[in-house]
Amino acid sequence: MPNASAFERLPCRPQVRVTVFVEGAPVEMQAHDSAAAAVLAAGLLPSRTTPAGDSPRAPYCLMGACFECLVEIDGAPNQQGCMIPVRDGMRIRRQYGARDMHGEGPHGDA
Amino acid sequence: MATPDYDLIIIGAGPAGMAAAVEAGQQGLRCALLDEQEEAGGQIYRAIGRTPLKDEHILGDDYYHGRDLLHAFEHAGTDYRPGTTVWGVEDDLSLDVSRQGRSQRLRTRRLLVATGAQERPVPFPGWTLPGVMTGGAAQILLKSSAMAPPGPIVLAGSGPLLLLVAAQLARAGVSVEALLDTTPRGNWRRAARHLAGALRNPRLLAKGLGLLWEIRRGAIPHLKGVDDLEALSRDGERMTHLRYRQGGHSQERECQTLLVHQGVVPNVQLTRALELAHDWDETQQCWRPRLDAWGETSRPGVFVAGDSGGIAGAQAAEEAGRLAALAIAEQLERIDASARDRLASPLRRRLAPQLAIRPFLDMLYQPARRFLVPEDDTIVCRCEEVTAGELRRIADAGCRGPNQAKAFCRAGMGPCQGRLCGLTVSQVIADQCSEPVDAVGYYHIRPPIKPLSLGELASLNEPDITTRN
Repeated sequence: MPNASAFERLPCRPQVRVTVFVEGAPVEMQAHDSAAAAVLAAGLLPSRTTPAGDSPRAPYCLMGACFECLVEIDGAPNQQGCMIPVRDGMRIRRQYGARDMHGEGPHGDA
Repeated sequence: MATPDYDLIIIGAGPAGMAAAVEAGQQGLRCALLDEQEEAGGQIYRAIGRTPLKDEHILGDDYYHGRDLLHAFEHAGTDYRPGTTVWGVEDDLSLDVSRQGRSQRLRTRRLLVATGAQERPVPFPGWTLPGVMTGGAAQILLKSSAMAPPGPIVLAGSGPLLLLVAAQLARAGVSVEALLDTTPRGNWRRAARHLAGALRNPRLLAKGLGLLWEIRRGAIPHLKGVDDLEALSRDGERMTHLRYRQGGHSQERECQTLLVHQGVVPNVQLTRALELAHDWDETQQCWRPRLDAWGETSRPGVFVAGDSGGIAGAQAAEEAGRLAALAIAEQLERIDASARDRLASPLRRRLAPQLAIRPFLDMLYQPARRFLVPEDDTIVCRCEEVTAGELRRIADAGCRGPNQAKAFCRAGMGPCQGRLCGLTVSQVIADQCSEPVDAVGYYHIRPPIKPLSLGELASLNEPDITTRN
């Protein structure tokens, strides 16, 4: 799946830099960015598919309401990307399906 | 019963919550403020303590006003607990909260809900496609990460925030291809009746006119009377183009980022979970908890302030937060009723013009019917992919409300717990059954209010981290 164009950074005050890995590729981020911002900076659209109909989705509201930004973070599925700050070395992956919000049910072949 | 940990727990660190905490501190209340975000500010003042954007002109003075409020809050002596999710509330106002995967129960004498607004869900064909985001989401990225979406960018919808986002992107030098204005043409005429109230807030009116002028000066094509909006995909993976109707003609347009917005509505997740009385607001087309003049709800001791009690904006939220804190200080006998009323009087004077302009704005930006009661093939519940047509079918089959709809078709059963479909499900069923929305009602919201891991739930009973009583 080719990545979509990425979100771009506007001129910033000096920031602490961290490196996260989105689908294995390193992405330079700023310390306070969310994991969902990293997904968008990497152009990882879609960032998941739904369990109900396998349809493609991406971060939508970025304020914790819609749960469209669910991704796999450091091996754990169903992480709400917009509510989780990036950490140096964080590994973010697309999530395929994955219904169980408690993170213990079957999830796809991501 | 165990002694409460606090006189007052405030939930939400937006303008209402921060202002309430400042006032509570001044009145000597033992106060905690719980916030889901890692940083205070709410959505309106998101990342206000550290926004990375170099150019302060982009977000504008009204945003940076939040710094003064944050500064006062930081010196208020509040037990501030960021990154904390409230997932349950007991009858005695004990709160079950979770931070970093561990749960705890907190006891309080009074509760103030200041959980703010969320954007109104905007169902239309293709709104689930990657590439479609809310205008608010784009603004959050600007504030917290100084990030701008990839072009071609199109904005579509109605309301002051949409105009503000267009202007902010233009100030940042980000090219906006078009602003598709879906405001129904008849709204102006209906809003004009409330112009006298609007004129009591000339500052906000001037701000709105200024935004329109900036959009024109920024050469953003502002297309009025847009209808039949659709986001489309050629590859089935993400949005590639749009279709819409304007002036009787169907148009298509390439688009990589579509920012949609149809106003904001109270975030009622917590007030519903508390089983407070709510009323349907016909003008704002949303639910609001029933409040007295101090923000006290149908449940004694539980208050609501700011946009979670009805949309009135950030300035009004500050005043409402302070009013609630004063009423609580009086109830807990820190001040007497005459002191409360004396302190409240300047707050009410500042609140009045903020409320006076609302009927004008609410009528002017009332969404087109298509976004409130969408066509049959439009998805309403994004999580479970339930369409408006399916809701109509189950309504015809005897489903009389949103809670029954859960059993009929799983609408509202996904991870967002109805946040993105609740309003629309109630409106579609009411419309199909020719009932008032009030009669159809809303989802019962049951704990956990936020999805919770079993580990978090189990940790509540571990003795080392339960409440200090």
